[in-house]
Amino acid sequence: MKHLKAINVKAARVEQVTAPGVVALQSGGPPQQPEGPHIPPGCSLVFSPGWEADRNGGTAGLCQPVERDLFDCHIGCFWPAQVPDQLNHAPDWTAKCAAAQKDWRKIDLIFP
Amino acid sequence: MSALALREFHTFEAAGHRFLYLVPSAAVFAVDSCSEAVLDALAEGPQAEGELARRLSPRFTEDEIVEALADLQRARAVGPAGPAAPAPKVIPLTHIPLQTLVVNVTNQCNLACTYCYEYGEDKIVDTENGKQPKFMSAETARESVDFMLREAGGNPTAHMTFFGGETLLNFPVLKATVAYARERAAAVGKDVDFSLTTNATLLRPEVIDFLATERIGVTISIDGPEELQNKFRVFHNGTGSYDVVAPKIKALLARHTTRPIGARVTLTRQTLDIRRIFQHLTEEMGFWEVGFAPVTTAPGRDYAIAGNGFDDLLAQFRALAQDFLEASLQNRHHGFSNVRETLQEIHQGHAKAYPCGAGIGLMGVATDGEVALCHRFAGSADHTIGSVRDGVDRGAQQAFLASHHIDEKTDCRTCWARPICAGGCYHEANTRHGATTAPNLHYCEWIRGWTHTCLEIYGALAAQNPGFLRQFDDAPQAAGHESTGTLARTEAIV
Repeated sequence: MKHLKAINVKAARVEQVTAPGVVALQSGGPPQQPEGPHIPPGCSLVFSPGWEADRNGGTAGLCQPVERDLFDCHIGCFWPAQVPDQLNHAPDWTAKCAAAQKDWRKIDLIFP
Repeated sequence: MSALALREFHTFEAAGHRFLYLVPSAAVFAVDSCSEAVLDALAEGPQAEGELARRLSPRFTEDEIVEALADLQRARAVGPAGPAAPAPKVIPLTHIPLQTLVVNVTNQCNLACTYCYEYGEDKIVDTENGKQPKFMSAETARESVDFMLREAGGNPTAHMTFFGGETLLNFPVLKATVAYARERAAAVGKDVDFSLTTNATLLRPEVIDFLATERIGVTISIDGPEELQNKFRVFHNGTGSYDVVAPKIKALLARHTTRPIGARVTLTRQTLDIRRIFQHLTEEMGFWEVGFAPVTTAPGRDYAIAGNGFDDLLAQFRALAQDFLEASLQNRHHGFSNVRETLQEIHQGHAKAYPCGAGIGLMGVATDGEVALCHRFAGSADHTIGSVRDGVDRGAQQAFLASHHIDEKTDCRTCWARPICAGGCYHEANTRHGATTAPNLHYCEWIRGWTHTCLEIYGALAAQNPGFLRQFDDAPQAAGHESTGTLARTEAIV
């Protein structure tokens, strides 16, 4: 960092883990092992420990809002019946929601 | 472009520099003039990057401002306007190794200090007619050792602290336990470190010899010079204890040089004279360090620090902390241990989910072998989480962790000092507010004032004598765990 100087041990760690090129598992969580971010590859058809523990057995990234599941499930899985029809009726339904964990509040109700 | 806003931090100044204490990460950063200008501008409300750049030119170029904003966002001093994503509530799922076991070898005492939380008006255990034996048996003490070594998991060193009552009333068991623990620890390839707290009345020459030879850390409970010590620390017939303890403490300090000896002072409304107490205990008595803690009481007690008392206390702490700073800038030792402990936590950037290690890395054993959250709850059925024979009740421990997490303390949610305080001592909360889960709201102002002072001292040392802070580099323990086995530490709530 150029405009801030890390003074204590924690600040040095913050500087280290936020250095460009380092991908944190989740904003707000403690630094994870230097593997790629955890992305649940599917739902109940595949054994994926994504919702209970990440693939390193870590639990720091849990307790994400359930809205995170939107993008995991509503395209290729069982949710299409429960969410608005994005093909015809509400194509922009998730337009303001780039990252479900952060932006889920921006998703509004759809009235037919 | 979306607007940016300030996130949570506390600002302090030291040695002509401005610093940020980030919450909840507990990181400390020094800011330069550009990032300072950005923070000042954002203090007026959320703004977009371009707007900021326009406002701050020509003092700073757009590139400088963009860079400063990027740095501030990396440190999370600045973020997108709107509510920040809450930090995940992390509760350890696997059990954490025990670091310190506090063993109450007796619940009897030969003094009758008026303010005592164990025997006074605010006691939570009936030690006179209760179910616990008055003295721990040698067998229960051995079982405590086995429990400690079992629960220490992979830790290479286990810490055992003897406590009471008056610890030395049960010296025979204490002595036998040290020998047994050394033998058992060697058998399982661990080290064991001992300490104890005593009122010094029973420091006979053979006891002192034993403590020195066995390298047992000693903390003496003492309130200061004669007239202050004798106000509350009295024998059962009301006689002051100063004349009895002073020569014994001097004998201890002369003989026991294998470990630094600390004094632990209980502060009351009537004995609030920090500098005088400190000077007496260090210069006249010869203690290496002195830790102060305000008395734990229910509201309304005559000796409770109340009203302006906490302001007075803070002013006096600040004055002594200034002495600490001056000494430390010249690399001289200064024994004000409250500052040293807080500096350690600031340096590491501990962001605690729990105020102390009670029920996690530290537990207290009652005379009958029941294991409680800490020594202050030993013997209290409501705060028991297992026994040395049957081990820790993991269900009870998990329930304790879930209900005492900082996230459960709504009052603490907006406080910038929560990474260090985390709501404060459970026992104090139980006595003062009736529940271990309650935050100690009666001393918030004091904790924030004191933490701010310690941050200023930390900043001054970082700017003017950074070498001094190297001593705090090694601290393998995670936040929220007790980091030493001495009661000077476990007892110092601030």
